[in-house]
Amino acid sequence: MIGIDWYLALSAILFVIGIVGVLIRRNAIVVFMCVELMLNAVNLALLSFSAYHGDIGGMILVFFSLAVAAAEAVVGLAIIIAIFRNHLSVDILKVNLLRW
Amino acid sequence: MTEITSASYIVLGVSLFMLLNSAALTVYAERRIAAFIQYRVGPNRVGPLGLLQPIADVVKLILKEDVTPRNSYRTLHTIAPLIPVVTALMTVAVIPFGEGIFVTNINASVLYLLAIASLGVYGVTLAGWSSNSKYSLLGGLRAAAQMISYELPLGMAIASVILFVGSLSIVDVAAAQENWWFIFLNPIGAIIFIIAAFAESNRTPFDIVEAEQELVGGFHTEYSSMKFGMFFLAEYMHVVINSMLITTFFFGSYHLPFAGYWLPEMSPLLKGLLDVSVFVAKTGFFVFFFIWIRWTIPRFKFNQVMTLGWAKLLPMSIVNFMAIAAVLYFLF
Amino acid sequence: MEIYAFISFAVLAIATALGMVLNKNTVNSALMLVLNMVSIAGLYLLLQAQFLALIQIVVYAGAIMVLFLFVIMLLNVDDDEHLFDRFRVKYLIVTLLAVVVFAQILYGIAGVTDLLPELSSDMTTVGTVEAVAEVLYTDYLFAFQITAILLTAAVVGALMIAQFKADPETGEQES
Repeated sequence: MIGIDWYLALSAILFVIGIVGVLIRRNAIVVFMCVELMLNAVNLALLSFSAYHGDIGGMILVFFSLAVAAAEAVVGLAIIIAIFRNHLSVDILKVNLLRW
Repeated sequence: MTEITSASYIVLGVSLFMLLNSAALTVYAERRIAAFIQYRVGPNRVGPLGLLQPIADVVKLILKEDVTPRNSYRTLHTIAPLIPVVTALMTVAVIPFGEGIFVTNINASVLYLLAIASLGVYGVTLAGWSSNSKYSLLGGLRAAAQMISYELPLGMAIASVILFVGSLSIVDVAAAQENWWFIFLNPIGAIIFIIAAFAESNRTPFDIVEAEQELVGGFHTEYSSMKFGMFFLAEYMHVVINSMLITTFFFGSYHLPFAGYWLPEMSPLLKGLLDVSVFVAKTGFFVFFFIWIRWTIPRFKFNQVMTLGWAKLLPMSIVNFMAIAAVLYFLF
Repeated sequence: MEIYAFISFAVLAIATALGMVLNKNTVNSALMLVLNMVSIAGLYLLLQAQFLALIQIVVYAGAIMVLFLFVIMLLNVDDDEHLFDRFRVKYLIVTLLAVVVFAQILYGIAGVTDLLPELSSDMTTVGTVEAVAEVLYTDYLFAFQITAILLTAAVVGALMIAQFKADPETGEQES
C-alpha cells in the first residue's frame, strides 16, 4: 500500500515547482498558471489527509478552494487583459509604473 | 460501483464498433437526406443505393496528400484531431443501452459525461491555434467561446432531470423513466438540452465555428487527408452521441412510452432485444432530426449565438431548475 | 496495481509541471498544465474521491484552462525568448529558496511517516457524491452560499475590468 507520505512528498514537489515558476518566469500568464499549480499541490495534500483520516472536512475544503480558484482565475485573467491593453505586453518586468 | 465483468467488455466492444460504424452511416444518411430535402438524387453510384459511399469516402481521404502548413505547430496540429474522436468514444462507457446492458455504472456518471464533454473543446481550439492561420484561429476562438457558453445551460438542464431521479448515475436516470419520460415532466429542460446539444456538437444553426462565408473552413481550414477525416468522423460521432444523450435524458432511454403501465413481463433475452432496438430507433430518429435541422434552418450570427446562450437559455434553465425544485419540494 | 497507477500519475504530474515551467511557448505551458490537472484528478481517484476527481476535470481542465487558452490566443502572446539568459543572481536565489522550502516541507513530512500508512476504510463511502452533498448542504451551507456570492462578484468584477469601451466620437479606447 502507498503511505500518506508519498502523496505529501508529491504535493511538496509540485508546490516547489510552482514557486520556482512564479519566481523565474516573466510572462504574467505563465506566472498565473504556476499559482494554479501551487493551489493544486495544496489541494492534493488536503485531500490525501482527508482520505487517510476518512474525514470529509478536507474534501469540502478542497471543493471550496476549487471554487475560489475559479473566481481568482476569472479576475486575474481580466486584469491581465487590462494590462495587455495598456502595455501591449504581458511581460511582468515591463509593468513597472507603480514600482518605485 | 458495479463490478466490471466480461459482459461489460462485450458491451464496450460492440458499442464502440457500432459507434464508429454509425458515424459512417450518418455521413451517408446526411447526404441522402440533404439530397431529398433539396430535391436532388444524392450519392447513388457506389454499391446498391450508394450504400458503399462511406467506404469510398474514407479511401479517398486516406489516399489524399497530407499537407501541414510550414509555420504550423506540427505536434499540436497532429494531436488536435484525435481529441474530439477520443472524447466521443469515451462517452459510451456510461450510457445504458438496455436494462442491465451497460459498460459500467459509476455513481457520478452524469458528472463524468460533463467532464468528457468539457474536454472536447480542446480539439477544436487547438486545431484552430496550431494551424497558424487567421481563419482557423477565429474558428477556434469561436468554438471555445461557444462550447463553454452552452455547457452551462446543458448542465442546468441535466441538473433539472437529476432532481426527479435523485441520483447522478445515468443507469438510474434511464430506469426512472419507465412510466413517464422526462420530456413530459420537464419539457422546457428538454428543449434547452436539445438546443445546447446542437451547439455542443457545432451543428447548424450553431456551426459558426466553420462558417464558410466568413471563415473559409473554420478550424479545419488547414487540415487535409485523414486528419480532416478525423474531424469529420468526430463531428458525426458527436451527432450520434448527442442523439443518444437526448434519448437517455429526456426520451425514455430504452423504454417504450409509459412502458411500466402496459408492457408485459418478458424473458430477459426478448427484453434485452426490445430495449436495444427501442434505444437504437430513438437515437436514429434524433440523428435524422439533427440532419433535418441542418438543411432547414439557416445559421445564426455569432452575437446572436452568444445572446441566445447567455441571455436566454441560461436564465431560462435556471428558472426552470428552481421551479422544478420548488414543485418537487412543496408538492411531494 | 495501485502502486503502479500512483507512480505513473505522479511521474506524469511532475513531468508536466516541469514542462509547464520550462516551456517557452505559452500555449504549450497551458496544455502541460491541463495534463497536470488530469493526472492530479487521477490521483484523486486513487484516493477514492470520485466526486472531486470529476469536479477537478470539469472546473480546472474544462473551464479554467480553456479560459487561459482563450486569453493566450486572444492576446497572441509572444514566446518567452529569454528564459534563462539574464539575472543570474536571481536564479541563484530562486534555487536556494526552492531548496529551503522543499527541505522544510520534507522535514515536516518526515515527522509523520508511517503515521497513516493505510487509506481509511471509510473512504468508499466518504468520497461519493451523496456523502459530499450531505455535509455540504447542512454543516457548510453558509460557506456554500458565500461561495456563490464570491463567484457572482468575481464575474461582475472581471466584466468591469476587462470590458472594452470605445469612445463614440474619437473611436479611441478607454478602460
